[in-house]
Amino acid sequence: MCGISGLLIRDPDLEVELGRMLVPMISALADRGPDSSGIALYSRPVMGEGSAGEETPSILRVSLGSDEAVPWDDVTDWASSRFSESAIEVFRSGIRIDLVEARADALVSSVREAWPGVHVLGTGRMLTVVKDIGWPADSCRRHVVDSWTGHMAVAHTRMATESAVTALHSHPFVPGPDLSVVHNGSFSNHASVRRRLEAEGVRFDCDNDSEVAARLLARRLQAGDDLDEATRWVMKEMDGFFTLVVGTETGMSVVRDAFACKPAVVAETDAYVAVASEYRALAGLPDVGRARVFEPQPEEVYTWTC
Amino acid sequence: MDVLSCDALSVREVNHTLRRLPPGSSAVVTAPRGRHNLAVGLAQETDIDIEGNAGYFVGGLGGRGDGTGPTITVGGFVGWSVGENLMGGSIRVRGSASQSAGSSARGGLIAVEGDASLRAGISLKGATLAVAGDVGAMTGFMAQSGTILVGGNAGHGLGDSLYEAVIYVGGTIASLGADATSEELVDDDVLHVKRLVEATGFDHIDPGQVTKVVSARNLYHFSAEHHGAY
Repeated sequence: MCGISGLLIRDPDLEVELGRMLVPMISALADRGPDSSGIALYSRPVMGEGSAGEETPSILRVSLGSDEAVPWDDVTDWASSRFSESAIEVFRSGIRIDLVEARADALVSSVREAWPGVHVLGTGRMLTVVKDIGWPADSCRRHVVDSWTGHMAVAHTRMATESAVTALHSHPFVPGPDLSVVHNGSFSNHASVRRRLEAEGVRFDCDNDSEVAARLLARRLQAGDDLDEATRWVMKEMDGFFTLVVGTETGMSVVRDAFACKPAVVAETDAYVAVASEYRALAGLPDVGRARVFEPQPEEVYTWTC
Repeated sequence: MDVLSCDALSVREVNHTLRRLPPGSSAVVTAPRGRHNLAVGLAQETDIDIEGNAGYFVGGLGGRGDGTGPTITVGGFVGWSVGENLMGGSIRVRGSASQSAGSSARGGLIAVEGDASLRAGISLKGATLAVAGDVGAMTGFMAQSGTILVGGNAGHGLGDSLYEAVIYVGGTIASLGADATSEELVDDDVLHVKRLVEATGFDHIDPGQVTKVVSARNLYHFSAEHHGAY
């Protein structure tokens, strides 16, 4: 059992409420996944200050985390001295460094040289990724999630069944820029799909089965599939039980396996679309009494755009 | 009459109070907000009104072996396994039910005014499940005894691996599951459905026009014809 959720804001006035809407969702799903949690937050990039018509360089957000005790304040000082143009946000369990895309690889390799335990949790123009172990409601408090603003979030509460309880094994998995995947369920053929992908040159961060589905999805998107096609491919290739929520730079998708073994409920209003493993997690959302509440049908891909 | 708010009480406190109600009394549960396990394991003949949407297992394990038990009404929709393992009494859902409605229920009546999702009546063991609307795929999977009445349409694999439960469908059937077969209605069937329509008020169902689905009984008899291969 795990808890998954996604929240896409349609009413721009509600973007400042995203965190306050998200925390009760995650807290309600903690019963389904008490051992760790993670959030992929999507917020629109701040426009550069270049004069009109001038091309501003693309800023990449690099979210870093670790399973080891890392002195994040030291990493911050160190990174800001060497990458003086970067902006850094410090979380309890990691940091996010925003810098010019072309410098991102240099940053990551030099940070990892100094602190080998540091890993990239995800990158993107809109994305912030935070992962933490422990009771999810406590993690939300530690990260002051209720103050977060943004236009979309994909979150996960984990009850580990097949790999270790660590921050890096937690969802969401971010196999590509601004692409996040959370999974409730289990895959039975993840080892063989992993071997095949590895032979094709795909690199993995950990031995979690859900990461295999995430990397497969990214691989198909890279090959030119649209999100709907790529999700269908994952459905065909991966054997097992799953409800997946996928976040992208353009929106959010949800899909369930052919037997609908794992639950999902959607609440849709003009102001937001929310999906969660259980209705309980949606019951506190504004105006939910007037929302269209339904369960996604098995093997159907539902996509909402921002 | 007791009014129990889920905003003020835990599910355990609500159920503890409901369980101690004397026969013939009634209670209202407010602000359920999708909470699981509400009104489970109630043996007495009481009236319980749940005002709103409930979560998993609402009313489960209720009633007694003689078919008596509480009368539970849920004002909204319910999650998985409403009336799971019900022994007696009745549960009425004003909205729709999620998966596995009435799973393994032995007695009593579970009536859903909306639709029920996949695997409704899975492993039914004697209770009656009546759904006014549609039911999802694999409804009646391995149902052993009892009755499933569907007012609307049934999804794929209806009655897969059915034992002795009987399914009546007012609308269309997407497909029958393994070892399920449709059978001619006889007078007893029409009478049985008529009584269920009266009991549930699902009077859009015409008792003479339903499709009856039963087990073909090919799967659950052991066959010795291949014994030489083992």
